[in-house]
Amino acid sequence: MSGIVTPTQAALSPGFVEPVLDAQAAFRATLAALSHPGRIEELTLRLNPPAGVDAATAAACLTLLDGDTPVWLAPHAAADGAAAWIAFHTGAPVVSVAGKAAFAVMLDAASLPALEDFDWGSDEEPQRGATLIVQVPDLNAQGGWSLRGPGIATRAVLRIDGLPDSFLAARRAMSGAFPRGLDILFASGARLAALPRTTILEA
Amino acid sequence: MTAGPSNATVDEGYNFAFLDEQTKRMLRRAILKAVAIPGHQIPFGSREMPLSYGWGTGGIQITAAVIGPADTLKVIDQGADDTTNAVSIRSFFRRMTGVATTERTPDATIVQTRHRIPETKLVEGQILVYQVPIPEPLRWLEPRESETRKMHALAEYGAMHVKLFEDIVRFGRIETAYDYPVMVNGRYLMRPSPIPKFDNPKMDQMPALQLFGAGREKRIYAVPPYTAVKSLDFEDYPFQIEKWDQPCALCGADDTFLDEIITDDKGGRMFVCSDTDHCEQRRAAGHRGTGAPQSYVAAVEGGE
Amino acid sequence: MYVAVKGGERAIANAHAWLAESRRGDPAIPELSVAQIREQQKLAVDRVMTEGSLYDPDLAALALKQACGDQVEAIFLLRAYRTTLPRFGATLPIDTSAMTVRRRVSAVFKDIPGGQILGSTFDYTHRLLDFALMAEGEPAPAPVAAPAEEARVPGVIDVLNRENIIEVERPASGDPAPPDLTREPLRFPAPRAMRLQNLARGDEGFVLAMGYATQRGYGRTHPFAGEIRHGTVAVEMVPPELGFAVDIGDIELTECQMVNQFAGSKSEPPQFTRGYGVSFGHGERKAMGMALVDRALRAEELGEATDAPPNDIEFVLYHSDNVEAQGFVQHLKLPHYVDFQSELNVVRAMRRDAEAARQAALKEAAE
Repeated sequence: MSGIVTPTQAALSPGFVEPVLDAQAAFRATLAALSHPGRIEELTLRLNPPAGVDAATAAACLTLLDGDTPVWLAPHAAADGAAAWIAFHTGAPVVSVAGKAAFAVMLDAASLPALEDFDWGSDEEPQRGATLIVQVPDLNAQGGWSLRGPGIATRAVLRIDGLPDSFLAARRAMSGAFPRGLDILFASGARLAALPRTTILEA
Repeated sequence: MTAGPSNATVDEGYNFAFLDEQTKRMLRRAILKAVAIPGHQIPFGSREMPLSYGWGTGGIQITAAVIGPADTLKVIDQGADDTTNAVSIRSFFRRMTGVATTERTPDATIVQTRHRIPETKLVEGQILVYQVPIPEPLRWLEPRESETRKMHALAEYGAMHVKLFEDIVRFGRIETAYDYPVMVNGRYLMRPSPIPKFDNPKMDQMPALQLFGAGREKRIYAVPPYTAVKSLDFEDYPFQIEKWDQPCALCGADDTFLDEIITDDKGGRMFVCSDTDHCEQRRAAGHRGTGAPQSYVAAVEGGE
Repeated sequence: MYVAVKGGERAIANAHAWLAESRRGDPAIPELSVAQIREQQKLAVDRVMTEGSLYDPDLAALALKQACGDQVEAIFLLRAYRTTLPRFGATLPIDTSAMTVRRRVSAVFKDIPGGQILGSTFDYTHRLLDFALMAEGEPAPAPVAAPAEEARVPGVIDVLNRENIIEVERPASGDPAPPDLTREPLRFPAPRAMRLQNLARGDEGFVLAMGYATQRGYGRTHPFAGEIRHGTVAVEMVPPELGFAVDIGDIELTECQMVNQFAGSKSEPPQFTRGYGVSFGHGERKAMGMALVDRALRAEELGEATDAPPNDIEFVLYHSDNVEAQGFVQHLKLPHYVDFQSELNVVRAMRRDAEAARQAALKEAAE
């Protein structure tokens, strides 16, 4: 683990304007997204993260990460200023092994590693299953997967662009491991949608 | 009765909603995992609150982690907004957040409750926060945490069915009247905090988000909206809720949970809605019951 | 006639005003100052600091004043304040062998390096009410001891260590940071550091009773008071910007090293083992009770019988905390109308069933 990141120019671009209230608002949007899988929540925050980091991605990181949450940053995210910005503003220790992270941040959906690479938790402690924050080019409430499960009255529809082709099959296979599993937040621009591990995906 | 935001009375010496931001993040992470694994108890670093353990510290910590300036908070104890502990918790949040508070269920965005689910149907977007004394549904069957954790991991819930079945054999009915165990999303056995079993059916497919906090026992769990919550039962002994022989003496409702009020020392009694707001809304709409002594009606309607 | 339940807010405000008045007592009697409590009710202050997990005699004295002398309430006040404090970092482990000793006794050796130092103690007082204290006179000054020859008083355990006849205690592999119960929940199996922290914060009465039970045969541990020492130790911290340790002040502590016989196991020869207890300020009863319970909780680790309540780690750790316990016991004062109504309904229904069955049986017998 390498906890300390030197604040660079990128790192110094500010976090939340109003840390207490903005974190609360971003959390409520995240909670609503996770409570209604597939529903797209719009954040109304002023936030200027470094280039390559969308506002919703940044807000999720600032809201949920801190010194108690080991975070894994996808290699390309770690390479540019995004890593320094996230580490500086959250204080989260950056880990180099995906399986040791409580949170993982991917700025390029296409580079999402195999889901098995992350910690799914155990049957006794399924809550240790990681939360993935995946930045995607677009979120759409039409013409995508059909979703059912807790939080969804009948059916929800969500289309996510930019994911690897293998994602759907891998995510469906994960359902068999419940209560073990991963919870995924998809961020695009200022918008956020979630796929908790309970959601069942149909093509 | 809704009171608007009260910035004038906010205690500036504390962070918004009392808790520090790191504690809120810890709580928020636990809440999100609770929503992602419906009915599973998440251990969390419960803090020592300025209110006593057993008096709602779990619910208070959840509300503090969730609440924002745009919220309207309702707090009830035993279904009533004016019981002392509900009054105390409501005034704590007014002082620590300045948010609007209300007694009207439809006006609330967050309802913190002890022992009841409001009679007015909750809707999407509302959050119901339960204060939980003992979160572990298997606790009376197995006192050891290390054992119950394994039982949940294996979904090994036979012991609970045996316990309920023994009730039927001994008493001819299931004698559990409150805190009646439920299965959430077909996977986790969950303790619905000590609500009467009358309220259990309201949990099933509820459009509102349900969050449960046990401060002393340091556990958070949740039921997301539109989630199956089934009370345990048997084919030949289906789950049933309690019924009263008479309607509410104040509003005439015959489909609500009733409190028994002792009216004299000669065996006189009447029954009135436990949900004071629901009862009041019904009376405001012109519904009337019979049998309540005039002095009681006057005390209830007179307010403070 | 009904007492309406309305008006809760006003009733609470009035109750608080009445409490304040009761706290003050007779206004003709001078008010106690926090400094008076700190100086003259020191042992009460020490207990509040220990179980409140905060070393601050002034705030502990204030808590006692506010709580009208109720210890558990004062502990609760101090803990609730403690939660709001920011954390700057962790100190280095304190070194009690470098303690400036005020009192130090060992029950296992007659003469020990550094000597037996009786210090200030109730131990040999005759418990006769001292009516002279009612007269509020100043006590005669105590004789002043000659300065100790050696500042460092070696521990009795160190003497036994040299003979390799007592277990050596080393940090767990990797020397992990100790868990912090004020920020994370208990978990099982609970490592010893977590157990010790729980016991140090634990209710003195509970810990004392559990320790006492071991002496009466419920989880017997063959204890000897290896050493009890009381005095002050330096607290040091390494600020990251300096990179070396700086002394940030002294705290007063009481430490108990209990020495317990151990018959040996497959892997370990017969030897002595230890139980450890510590408290802020002067708290020998707490430190000794804690040391007994610490050792009793090691029964499983040492391959001993674990059938007595003081050996039961979950039982002891879950019930030692008086702030938790007082809350849950007293919450029974809160209304339970709804649950009780549900039980009433069930009991009434069961009685109706039983009565119907009885009538049916009578009818059958008559026919």
